[in-house]
Amino acid sequence: MFWDRTGETMPREELEKLQLARLRDTVARVYERVPFYRELLRRAGCEPGDIKSLDDLRRLPFTTKEDLRENYPFGLFAVPLEDVVRVHASSGTTGKPCVVGYTQRDIETWADLMARALTMGGATRGDVIQNAYGYGLFTGGLGIHYGAERIGATVVPVSGGHTKRQLMLMQDFGSTILTCTPSYTLYMAEEAQAAGIDLKGLKLKSGIFGAEPWSENMRREIEARWPLKAYDIYGLSEVMGPGVAMECEVRQGLHVFEDHFLPEIIDPTTGQTLPYGQTGELVFTTLTKEAFPLLRYRTRDISALYPEPCPCGRTHVRMARITGRTDDMLIIRGVNVFPSQIESVLLGLGYTEPHYLLVVDRQARRLDELEVWVELSEGMFTDAVRGLEELEQRIAHELDSVLGIRARVKLVEPRTIPRSEGKARRVVDRREL
Amino acid sequence: MRVKQISIFLENKSGRLAQVSDVLGAGGVNIRALSIADTTDFGILRLIVNDPERAYRLLKEAGFTVNLTDVLAVELEDRPGGLARALKPLAEAGINIEYLYAFVQKARDAALVVFRVEQMDEAANVLQAHGIRLVPGEEVYRL
Repeated sequence: MFWDRTGETMPREELEKLQLARLRDTVARVYERVPFYRELLRRAGCEPGDIKSLDDLRRLPFTTKEDLRENYPFGLFAVPLEDVVRVHASSGTTGKPCVVGYTQRDIETWADLMARALTMGGATRGDVIQNAYGYGLFTGGLGIHYGAERIGATVVPVSGGHTKRQLMLMQDFGSTILTCTPSYTLYMAEEAQAAGIDLKGLKLKSGIFGAEPWSENMRREIEARWPLKAYDIYGLSEVMGPGVAMECEVRQGLHVFEDHFLPEIIDPTTGQTLPYGQTGELVFTTLTKEAFPLLRYRTRDISALYPEPCPCGRTHVRMARITGRTDDMLIIRGVNVFPSQIESVLLGLGYTEPHYLLVVDRQARRLDELEVWVELSEGMFTDAVRGLEELEQRIAHELDSVLGIRARVKLVEPRTIPRSEGKARRVVDRREL
Repeated sequence: MRVKQISIFLENKSGRLAQVSDVLGAGGVNIRALSIADTTDFGILRLIVNDPERAYRLLKEAGFTVNLTDVLAVELEDRPGGLARALKPLAEAGINIEYLYAFVQKARDAALVVFRVEQMDEAANVLQAHGIRLVPGEEVYRL
């Protein structure tokens, strides 16, 4: 099924003409309106007029997450704040989040692209879409919501968590489409089983799952437990939110919505653009965004692009499932977490030289568990058990309020966290996807 | 009147306790009394030894998280009701006991118990006022 057959099946030649025109427009706009980009382009010796073909994209400099942080909060906006109708934010590498903005037209475009993505996942105006992505600064909840309304489906904006309520609504409302993180689906299945709910008897026909990496194994397991067909959706708030790429019914790679986003794969070390089929870092240039346009944004997600025509008829290239990250970012229950954020929390609590280890596991209950091991320093050690337990709770509480994620804090003996060349290894990820 | 106690932070993993006693044994330190307080993740090992300063240094050098805490060593009659005689006046004075544990050895014919309370001086005064003897550090270390 197509939401926008013309846009989705546009012949390559025509699509590339459109991309070039939009790219030229985007480069000209950021050059004119965003001082950061003007300076960046000048330093790279580029002028908007230099973009004569899509290959000239390679001449443009990259934008990184650090650039977003340095321009916090609104420094990269290409329109005055009065034209921005909404902001969203995602985790930054330190205490400050990465803020993105949308004009009214950006919201319209996003809703349209999300309608496209949901339609690829089988949604029609007759569907009941239970949206269990979090609503708020995170783009997942509202992104799906606007797309579902655009289609005219019935949205249940239940947001994340409250599993018993999710299961009740699913049964009572006859939800036909479920949107959430894939790991939450498995967690809900466990809870349903414990409550004696027959999942196979539900009306769910599709699940549109994203915001964290998952695997074909997880897809098989989800489909074995639920009556639905599971689809992978991709997006990131910096580029827009969910709806940057989505699987079609063939489910062999995600079509990147190329009429709005220009994807590249680069070698993360050299920055060289890699040919189709090779694995590297995914980079996006936005083509239609007004408030927050980005040139060659380095996502740090590892993927590959495949240009072969798809049996579904769409002409947009497909990207492989995300297989990893080029940095140390973790995605825990859909929340992006950087080890450096944990470090700044510990520093904020007065630990001058925090040695810590993040242990992530997905236990039998299927929900990601984050354990933060903190080396106890001499100054933190009191003779009383109560004092140490209070210390653990204080750290856990601070992590929750800064990162928005519950973690179990475990105090460990000094010098027990493995170090290599004097630098501690920060993450042990035991999850098997 | 105070006695120096060694407290050691230990993760709950096998072999840690053995390492502590190894370090102390090799350094010629003798353990007089001990207790462990534990949670699911960690424990605090508390020791009264013959040479607290030396034990502290040895353990620190061996990489343990150690501190020295003041406690009271209380001499009690070794007969039914002996402990109650010390606890009652403390309770009446509103002094909370954080923890206590007994020595294996006896001092003369009496039982010896380590008390840790929040108000150390007040507790010492209350106990002495009730005719209970506090054993000074030097005597405890020599036992």
